[in-house]
Amino acid sequence: MLNVGKIEEGFVLDHIKAGKSLSLYEHLQLDKLDCTVAIIKNARSNKMGKKDILKVECDINALDLDVLAFIDHNITVNVIKNGEIVEKKDLVLPRQIKNVIKCHNPRCITSIEQGLPNIFVLADEEKEIYRCKYCEEKYSENSL
Amino acid sequence: MRHLMSPLDFSPEELNQLFDLANDIEKNPGKYAHACDGKILATCFYEPSTRTRLSFESAMTRLGGRVIGFSDANSSSAAKGESVSDTIRVISCYADICAMRHPKEGAPMVAAEKSGIPVINAGDGGHQHPTQTLTDLLTIRSLKGRLGQFTIGLCGDLKFGRTVHSLIHALVRYHDIRFIFISPEELRVPDYITDMLKEKNIPYEEVIRLEDVMPQLDLLYMTRVQKERFFNEEDYVRLKDFYILNESKMELARDDMLVLHPLPRVNEIAVEVDKDPRAAYFKQAQYGVYVRMALILTLLEIHI
Repeated sequence: MLNVGKIEEGFVLDHIKAGKSLSLYEHLQLDKLDCTVAIIKNARSNKMGKKDILKVECDINALDLDVLAFIDHNITVNVIKNGEIVEKKDLVLPRQIKNVIKCHNPRCITSIEQGLPNIFVLADEEKEIYRCKYCEEKYSENSL
Repeated sequence: MRHLMSPLDFSPEELNQLFDLANDIEKNPGKYAHACDGKILATCFYEPSTRTRLSFESAMTRLGGRVIGFSDANSSSAAKGESVSDTIRVISCYADICAMRHPKEGAPMVAAEKSGIPVINAGDGGHQHPTQTLTDLLTIRSLKGRLGQFTIGLCGDLKFGRTVHSLIHALVRYHDIRFIFISPEELRVPDYITDMLKEKNIPYEEVIRLEDVMPQLDLLYMTRVQKERFFNEEDYVRLKDFYILNESKMELARDDMLVLHPLPRVNEIAVEVDKDPRAAYFKQAQYGVYVRMALILTLLEIHI
């Protein structure tokens, strides 16, 4: 059994789908933060069988949780201060996300227009469907 | 300032006002002949579309305005690599309103975001062609006297047909509409549309032969079945005649049924049908001008 120590201030992102932690690392742009990050892969979980966990020692305002909610809103976000959990955040699907995913429709204007951001808009909250703001192409897993 | 990107940008109430204005223009063209004196419409067509462009030009000219523009990307600064955002910023200095057609989906929306003048989407790839849908709705309302309480048959290529998809989305906002989709198996209406109809409890039926449903229809919206959409020649030859409207099929239809078609027609409606009083597709082209005139006035906020 691997042991990873407690953090003083930051986040513990729990219940990440096994294998998804590196993609989260990238989308949260953790490589740009000068802080300690522990990536735990394939940890045992009663609820999920296997799961990933990310521990990030940083200012609690430093992360964009909107991205997190878009990638997987079942992730548990524990906010840590002075080594204790002070809050468990509920993730809500963002209304729109900017420059997280690219539109893969070759006929979309985003494929040629310089400087145009890739914006996806929440089209159906119940079915968790995002569509490109410009061409309305549905986001699919492989766009991430 | 408002733009028109999708036919759903206007509420049914706003569309009614627009259609009332279009019908008034139809009845009293002289009243509107100088409504746009001194105004300029820019037609920015990054791909050729003679019919839509001329309809816009006719609309603005009949309102007393003038038209500038280009009719394919090669004769515009796009050939030099200029972005849509930059082009519309410049066009905003030259014109009062812009109609844009572009092969890339969403291009008119990019223009609208950066524009100082109203932008009308005149067709963006396979995505939207809102003024065609407005034309279809105005034709139905003018000739049937209502939008709603009818059975509409949509026939031909229902899989790739952009005009058909837009029309269905626009019609589901009205009451008591029943859809009959008439197409070969290969060109059936996409699942996301039938799912939407099921969700809204809107009755629909899918059939292969046009003759089987002709007597039930109040409206028949024809589109072309293109040979290249079929997987093999044999299927095309077997099915193509099912989707050609001719006099003998028209004999099965009600006396007050209307035939619509977004045009251009190739061979899916036999020329012999043109003289049938139920053939409404050339009137539809005329309504296309009236609805564009009403749209230009509405977006420029000109009240007569």
